[in-house]
Amino acid sequence: MSHMRLTWRRAQRYWQVYLFLLLPILYLILFCYWPMTGLQIAFKKFSLADGIWGSPFVGLRQFDRFFRSYEFSRVLKNTLVISGYGILASFPIPIVFALMLNSIRQGKFSKCVQTITYIPHFISTVVLVGMILQIFNSRVGLYGVIYNAVTGSIPSDLLANPSAFPHLYVLSGIWQNFGWDSIIYIAALTGISQELHEAAELDGASRFKRLLHIDLPGILPTITIMLILNTGRIMSVGFEKVYLMQNNLNLSASEVISTYVYKIGMGVGSAVPDYSYSTAIGLFNSVINLILICTVNAISRKLSETSLW
Amino acid sequence: MNRNKLFYSIVYTVLILLLIVVLYPLIYIVSASFSSPNAVSTGKVILFPVDFSLEGYKEVMKYSDVWIGYRNTILYTVAGTVLNVVLTMLTGFGLSRKGLPGRKFITFLFTFTMLFSGGLVPTYLVMNRLNLINTPFAMIFPGAINITNMIIARTFISSIPDDLEEAAMIDGCSHARYFFEMVVPLSKAIIAVLMLYYAVGHWNAYFNALIYLSNRALYPLQLFLREILVLNTAGADTIMDPELEEKMRGMAELLKYALIVVSTAPILCAYPFAQKYFTKGVMVGSLKG
Repeated sequence: MSHMRLTWRRAQRYWQVYLFLLLPILYLILFCYWPMTGLQIAFKKFSLADGIWGSPFVGLRQFDRFFRSYEFSRVLKNTLVISGYGILASFPIPIVFALMLNSIRQGKFSKCVQTITYIPHFISTVVLVGMILQIFNSRVGLYGVIYNAVTGSIPSDLLANPSAFPHLYVLSGIWQNFGWDSIIYIAALTGISQELHEAAELDGASRFKRLLHIDLPGILPTITIMLILNTGRIMSVGFEKVYLMQNNLNLSASEVISTYVYKIGMGVGSAVPDYSYSTAIGLFNSVINLILICTVNAISRKLSETSLW
Repeated sequence: MNRNKLFYSIVYTVLILLLIVVLYPLIYIVSASFSSPNAVSTGKVILFPVDFSLEGYKEVMKYSDVWIGYRNTILYTVAGTVLNVVLTMLTGFGLSRKGLPGRKFITFLFTFTMLFSGGLVPTYLVMNRLNLINTPFAMIFPGAINITNMIIARTFISSIPDDLEEAAMIDGCSHARYFFEMVVPLSKAIIAVLMLYYAVGHWNAYFNALIYLSNRALYPLQLFLREILVLNTAGADTIMDPELEEKMRGMAELLKYALIVVSTAPILCAYPFAQKYFTKGVMVGSLKG
């Protein structure tokens, strides 16, 4: 009892801080937690007339419908291919880049390399996709012009080719983000003690040896954290870029869960929006993501004592 | 030193190659935007502008949608960023008060939203209930606090020595006064970081606009860009004269290059000045809070 009273008294001293947190918490309730109550329509047959709470309960029928549908295996496979390939291809590059940059003299050249490689990160997704479409245009784009000059014929449209889609998506992503993603490793590298390097140098270790035995172990905790974050996201391919790169011809490789949820939910392409079905697919995806990140985090905590929480 | 020679030559070669890979597409786009319609449609541009001309930019000037988009984007970016930074700093300050009863629970409320959300349709229904669809607020309220940015702010504010707060409290300073007179002035660097992150986010965003806006007068720049660059809807009038058609086609392509430059230039102009703040944000964020 007296413990509670003490806490109450302490809370009173913090009334201004609670006041500060009032608006942020109101934001959380309105735009984050209130929508979560709407997740129940995944288990209902939602109609606007009946509303979220009044629509009839149908159990797991929406989920069942998704698992049985023709689209299920397709969007699941595309999502896993695009993000799995993305992680495999793009994860090591910022690490190698940071290690290289760290091993040369810190001067104008290294500053210049950093400044320039960060630039693409600030280009919007729309502009990036616009650039891809221009450069890979088979008639007037750089790709088309070079192909034509070498082979004498006009190439087929790369963006209409489903098998080229994952490559275009992942490689353009690497181009845009490898520099920016390296910052976190560069920051970790500057934290490594210079004395270690000096001692190793006296013992006759080459720069490459020191990179392998001092620098790399030094940033291993950072690498682990980044790997957790990335693996936790393997079932979520961001909507924005995929949606912009999609067209009817590459759809077999480019329809992912997030774009499918959007199309069903918003009724794109003259279809009637199916709120319940879209919510069910989205919920299925969110739950898997939640399980994934918790699992990866738990494994990492056991194995390396590095974890997000 | 000599045995490191091979290592260094490999490192420098790779770095220079990466530099070229990053720069070349950027230079190509800028060069194309300053070329003539004919040079663009016949694919003559390889590295530098061919038949230097400003026709692409003249065409952009005539495009009223672009300017409507520009105006709206500036509006959303300024208003949104102010709201973002204020809410983020307030939260970061609140959650860094170690003695605050309920701090753990409130922190959990915030971080949980990083891991789980209502998703597209439930959020849309709430926005509909709040009558925010097709209003500028739909571009400002959702995502008003980015949790990653909030953690950056919290980590930074936590690093301000506790002694300072204790001394202020003994002098009878309230939490609010401590925040405004001590924390905010000490946090200038991190406020700059937050402003930049949020502003770039607003400038480049198109998803919320795609979902919540159907009134073209409210469209941000990115949605108009999408129409022109990706959906190819600019100047789609059918022209019979083949020679004129060829010219129009070159013009349409040129317009795209010029648009890419015009829409991205503000961020890239601010970038050199903002760079040290940008990287600082990542570094603060990488410390475990």
